[in-house]
Amino acid sequence: MAILITPETKVLCQGMTGRTATFHCARMQSYGTQLVAGVTPGKGGRRHLDLPVFNTVNEAIEVTGADASLVFVPPENAASAIIDAIKAELSLIVCVTERVPVLDMVRVRQALEGTSTVLIGPNSQGLLAPGIAQLGVMSTVDAKPGRIGIASRSASLTSEIVAQTTQAGLGQSTTVGVGGDPVHGISLAGCVERFIDDPQTEGIIIIGEIGGSEEEEVAELVGRMRPAKPVVALVAGRHAPPERRMGHAGALASAGIGSAQAKIYSLEAAGVIIAPHAGSIGETMRAALN
Amino acid sequence: MLLHEFQAKKLLKGFGITCPMGQVAASPTEAQEVAERFGCRRYVVKGQLLISDRMQHDAIRYASSPVEVAEHARKLIGKSFKVANGQLPDQVIHQVLVEEFVEGNRELYASVALDRASGRIILLASGQGGSGIERRASDDPDLIHRSELRLDGNRATGAFSEVAAAVSPDPELNMALAEVYRNLAAAFVANDATLVDVNPLVYTADRQLVAVDAKVTIDDNSLFRRPELAALRLENERVERHRNELEAQRFQINFLNLDGDIGVAVNGAGLALATHDLLVDCGGQPSNFMDIRTTATSLDIAHGFEMLLKNPQTKAILVNVHGGGMQRCDTIAEGLGIALRRRPRRLPIVIRMAGNNAAFARTVLTNNGVKFSETATMLQAAQKVVELSRKEAA
Repeated sequence: MAILITPETKVLCQGMTGRTATFHCARMQSYGTQLVAGVTPGKGGRRHLDLPVFNTVNEAIEVTGADASLVFVPPENAASAIIDAIKAELSLIVCVTERVPVLDMVRVRQALEGTSTVLIGPNSQGLLAPGIAQLGVMSTVDAKPGRIGIASRSASLTSEIVAQTTQAGLGQSTTVGVGGDPVHGISLAGCVERFIDDPQTEGIIIIGEIGGSEEEEVAELVGRMRPAKPVVALVAGRHAPPERRMGHAGALASAGIGSAQAKIYSLEAAGVIIAPHAGSIGETMRAALN
Repeated sequence: MLLHEFQAKKLLKGFGITCPMGQVAASPTEAQEVAERFGCRRYVVKGQLLISDRMQHDAIRYASSPVEVAEHARKLIGKSFKVANGQLPDQVIHQVLVEEFVEGNRELYASVALDRASGRIILLASGQGGSGIERRASDDPDLIHRSELRLDGNRATGAFSEVAAAVSPDPELNMALAEVYRNLAAAFVANDATLVDVNPLVYTADRQLVAVDAKVTIDDNSLFRRPELAALRLENERVERHRNELEAQRFQINFLNLDGDIGVAVNGAGLALATHDLLVDCGGQPSNFMDIRTTATSLDIAHGFEMLLKNPQTKAILVNVHGGGMQRCDTIAEGLGIALRRRPRRLPIVIRMAGNNAAFARTVLTNNGVKFSETATMLQAAQKVVELSRKEAA
């Protein structure tokens, strides 16, 4: 079993008729994801990628029984698309859109309150359950069904760690990119909690970076739950110069808050194994499992 | 995007926040004219700089006559400030804000901020304020009242009156405070801010609340719907950042200048941060941080590589790429090939490529006549490039 998704999950794509969305949806279909519909306001009634296109999320659900959505809508309208999907009570929403205004995400978080919807992203590469389904824009060439759950704040490092765990003969149960924006859906700790409960997952890798407090939340969770499976972490940005923005909106360390050292210290104190560098994570996990 | 103080105050005035009488001036003569027109007993001359400790840098000065205002302006305008260990360009004061000096009975603090941990907007308010409030608050957490706001359509709602009552028992003051909190929240939402901070908020003898200093940060991702703020950013960035960093942004590349001698190109911010860590661990010093975004084309990427080749400090280049679903290895290889044709330079190049189209990328590099050494792992790549850069420097 993977977390957050099953082979039965039926997926609709909001914004499927766009150029990039078309490319990635076709890849997802060939990977075996059960893509059942597209939603683009004003384009209802057409067919695209051999699937029906609807004007609204509700219509798409009524006809196809979709229970998850992949949001590929440009930043101007991404939040309202997510809120439509939340109101339609979908169980899972993945948003890959970059550069969504942060106040829009505050609105989305308010809309999520009291619902059981799980949001991944925005600015996320998505979710991959190797051999089951792909919901996002990640490469799948190095992925292999297996024992490791990966939760990450960085898409590029996830590709790298997927390749390393495959090479180490471990494979992956599920990989989740939580997204690089300051306000987003599921957190690293939210993923770790699910990986702890997932019987297929035998080891958990988290890929953190400077800024924010999500790694500290993971430390708190692991310290409290004391899981029987090993948790390995990498925190990128140990040598990043202070007060400079390095790519991600999230990767901003200022005045010692959210510094890599502080995160590493609290993770280690909770019993998380710190990988010495980004090239050694697969090996570190293999050693921890033996 | 951080606004200059005068820009922040102009924005807040539009939302009913009282600020001291003031105007910016770009020359000593202009500053003196402003002061003469104001005709105050005392003035403040404030250098407009995007750094947080202007007081310590002596960029804020007091004067008691227009002539004195002009003297301070002369000393401040054109003065440059070193910031953040030399990796940012020196900041230069181009303008001073000439203001009436506001005398108060009491200094308070009020701020509306994005709280990323909770994903909410919060109001932070205190009956104390002035410089060092952050330090005092970390010693005494009860000093600052913290209250969550909610978005109701385009309005922020919250317990403004309750917070005001907790800050001050004086009914007249707390009515005025609630009004200030409400206005700051309105300014925050209407401008897509991530921070609206007033410190100190001064309570004057004639029972007015005046924002003596203000800091406003705007969410860069919202600028498509805030054209007036987008224009301000263009203006501010010209002085705030190196020209090549701005140029890189146009080519879908996040680029920062650093002090070392190893040029680095990586796809993705996380992998770039991790590569930077690894290089420093191996004893190397990167001359830049370069994150090639997923949307960059080979021509965009060529511009990025040209920036490394142009820099005389660069002694060797490390390319660490993990081809993903959106950015493939061969696109980056092609970018490097184009850059080397445009700007031929004999430099050791160490490449570590994995993932999508890695094998094809090698063919592209060879076809482009690029001489490079390749390693299997990123640790080996880091070790190799450090060794080669040392040889090159010797």
